[in-house]
Amino acid sequence: MIVGTLLAIFALALAAPTLHRVLGRATGYVLALGPLVAFGYYLTQMNPTASGEAVAVGWTWSQSLGVEFSFRVDSLSTLFALLVTGVGTGIVLYANSYLEGHPKRGRFFGYLLGFMGAMLGLVLADDLILLFIFWELTSITSYLLIGFDHEREKARKSALQALVVTGLGGLSMLAGMVLLGQIAGTFSVSGIIEHHHVLADSPLTVAAMILILGGAFTKSAQFPFHFWLPNAMEAPSPVSAYLHSSTMVKAGVYLVARLNPAFLEDPAWQWSLSCFGGATMLLGAYLATRQTYYKKVLAYTTVSSLGIMIMLIGLGAPQAAAAYIFAHALFKGALFLVAGIVDHEAGVKDTEQMGGLFGKMPVTALVAIISGLSMAGMVPLLGFVAKELLLKGSLHAHGGPHEVAWLWPTISTIAGAFMAVAGFQAGIRPFLMRRSATEDYPKKPHEAPLPMLFGPVVLTGLTLIGGVLPALFTAPIINGTTASIAGGHDVELVKLDAIYMATHASTALLLSGIALVAGALLFVLRKPWRAITRPLDRVATAIGCERIYHLLFNGTVGPVSLATVQTRFLQSGYLRVYVQVTVLTTLMLGGGLLAWKGGVVDSIAQALPPFGEIAWTELLFEAVLVSMICVAAIASTQMRGRLSTIAVLGVVGYCSAVIFVLFGAPDVAMTQFAVETLTVIIFVLVVYHLPRFAVYSSRKAKSLDALLGAAFGLMMAAFVVSSFAITADDGISWFYNHYALPDAPGEHVAYGRNLVNIILVDFRALDTLGEITVLGLAAVGVYTLLKLRQERPAQGGMA
Amino acid sequence: MNSIILRTATRFMLPLLILFSIVVLLRGHNQPGGGFVGGLLATSAFVLYAMAFGVPAMKRLLRVPLTTYIAIGLGMALVSGVPGLIESKPFLYGMWASFELAGFGELKVGTPLVFDIGVYFTVLGVCLLMLLTLAEES
Repeated sequence: MIVGTLLAIFALALAAPTLHRVLGRATGYVLALGPLVAFGYYLTQMNPTASGEAVAVGWTWSQSLGVEFSFRVDSLSTLFALLVTGVGTGIVLYANSYLEGHPKRGRFFGYLLGFMGAMLGLVLADDLILLFIFWELTSITSYLLIGFDHEREKARKSALQALVVTGLGGLSMLAGMVLLGQIAGTFSVSGIIEHHHVLADSPLTVAAMILILGGAFTKSAQFPFHFWLPNAMEAPSPVSAYLHSSTMVKAGVYLVARLNPAFLEDPAWQWSLSCFGGATMLLGAYLATRQTYYKKVLAYTTVSSLGIMIMLIGLGAPQAAAAYIFAHALFKGALFLVAGIVDHEAGVKDTEQMGGLFGKMPVTALVAIISGLSMAGMVPLLGFVAKELLLKGSLHAHGGPHEVAWLWPTISTIAGAFMAVAGFQAGIRPFLMRRSATEDYPKKPHEAPLPMLFGPVVLTGLTLIGGVLPALFTAPIINGTTASIAGGHDVELVKLDAIYMATHASTALLLSGIALVAGALLFVLRKPWRAITRPLDRVATAIGCERIYHLLFNGTVGPVSLATVQTRFLQSGYLRVYVQVTVLTTLMLGGGLLAWKGGVVDSIAQALPPFGEIAWTELLFEAVLVSMICVAAIASTQMRGRLSTIAVLGVVGYCSAVIFVLFGAPDVAMTQFAVETLTVIIFVLVVYHLPRFAVYSSRKAKSLDALLGAAFGLMMAAFVVSSFAITADDGISWFYNHYALPDAPGEHVAYGRNLVNIILVDFRALDTLGEITVLGLAAVGVYTLLKLRQERPAQGGMA
Repeated sequence: MNSIILRTATRFMLPLLILFSIVVLLRGHNQPGGGFVGGLLATSAFVLYAMAFGVPAMKRLLRVPLTTYIAIGLGMALVSGVPGLIESKPFLYGMWASFELAGFGELKVGTPLVFDIGVYFTVLGVCLLMLLTLAEES
């Protein structure tokens, strides 16, 4: 059933463009059924998993690598699966109306559902490698989604930026996962958690941890990689709502939460999570107060919220983290959808340009107000409950550095105040306050159609219910998830029902109040605040990695950019430069290896028999052949005509083939003869197209080439000779003989006497299959390039 | 090339060369030879024909486009891997069957042979396609 939900969503993704052609407007309603059914299934898993059960299903994928195609659903996975499918259902419905009449709507649904399937697979996978595959799939599909409006340059650039940053992190994560799998002896996530004591003994654990965090931090936009997330707001609103409330960016949080039981006791884990999380929380929230564009406000608060989640896990407050993940998905998803509605129905993106929209779109306004206040942490909403837990968690930090215990509640309160400003900016400013601009809205503001309201209203309803009756979600989802994040460790569970009791008055409540009041004050004074803090903007951008990113992509050295320089150097377009670079690189690597290993002279001495013992008569044939090759090779550099050069090169080839005959390699010799013949024919055909033979190279260039060639030849000779000194393992030829020769005793894997051929077509047939596939593709490539040039003579020179 | 000697010789040589290439292909399992060399030899035979009678004549001789030869070759190589899978052995595992041929004795046929014939066709298709494309250019 688990795999069924995945397959169904992927199948819908593939079918979406075709369905759209057939169904037209109704596509979204049909497609929404997929995630809806999956959502229903994971609802039924909620109670069993909350009590600690886990459903697991799996198949062996690659036995030799120890990789399994396995899934496991526990409470943490259920929470995320519910968010992915539940929010996903709303998004599909919303997008159906949002992209009404868009020519590429069918393709959009394909991308969206593909992303949904990848994300669902990610949170269900129980194998690190499988998880990685889904992880990368989310990166690729999100690239397509962020860059959906690919005709705008900014959308393309932002999509590429998100892909590069999360892709680099993904590679780092893969290295970390392989390392982790090697240390633990298994790639199974549950297996690693079960045997986590092995990790504590290995010195490599820290390296694996840092590499994995590299993936998690880039995906979850942690400082200093946070810059890609606000840029990704170029995506259509439903995409932002989906990717940045409950899915894509939370993949990193999910991974950290998932692996937390394995690393929990490691101080390095606690330190890095709490410090980077804390910094992200503070920076994101601060930057959010500086924004006025609706989606940008939301983007920076998302950065901040992700920081909060990471920090809470690091501080050893899994319950707070679980509650915050849930609360954030609800209010942020709703707010992003509101941003889309306002943009869609009123045509304004800047919150300071909005105002008085309550009367025009009351339902949207209610949704925005409740969700915005939830983000601000107002009673009695789920955001308040989550913030209460956040402050409690930071006050009683179990993990993280104890010396600075005062730091966590302080920055949490400050960030809380900033978040409140952003909450008011998004929830109150556009709807309840007056509009300052005098001209009309670009579009006549009106309420959004029903399908677009469905998602936001349901999410907001849950925010409200969760705030008033937090106990309703405690048992089935929050506490189970808490147990998953904490692993087998005991955690202190705050009773959420008691949160509104009069006896509850505590430091956390006080801090919450301070944050709210400070936030309200700051919101009133937001204009002077933005003016005062403007000079700090340079600092804020300077400490992110965005500068490094831009330097790498568009960075300039003098008048030319870095990318241009390296392209000019590596891809000059001149064949001789390519050959030179290849030869030089091989020379450096190979020559370096020979020099490093040493002993070349010794092995040459070893390989050659003593001078007196050489039987000169036996060497006669070889000597003649070798001198012919030498003469022909030298002649080929001196020839003045192309045809004669080709003919002379042919002599080199045929002579080497004869040498193969002499040394008992008839297979190689036959092939060499045939190849040599055809090569000469091909050369003759190519010569036809080349310009007249002329000498362009200067003496200097020629002597450089001669030097390179001679050095390369010497190196190859040294390699060949030193290979004599290696005594080959007889095991390999014994193996082939034993399992292939018809008269060998015992079991046979292959039959035949020509081992060269048996290896090609049987033992290593898969390699050969790969090779002939490449051959076929190369031929089609040659064909296409040459035919293309024939058809468009104006653009000649392509081939 | 308009040479009567070449044309006449080619008429006799072509079937012989192709027959030879098939022999090389089939004997490859026990003696020097195999699909790769066989394919190259067959290519040479057709190139000879193209030299004598021109490229269009050679194309008529081949009947189907060269890409089809490549596709047939790759398809045969791929299909030869399936029997291994059916017997729940690894993909491309060599499977053999033997027949009793009246008057000839036992004949053994295996998937590696199918694979090698696939290589033969692919190499033939690839080399001829490249050569023909270049030749038609001129």
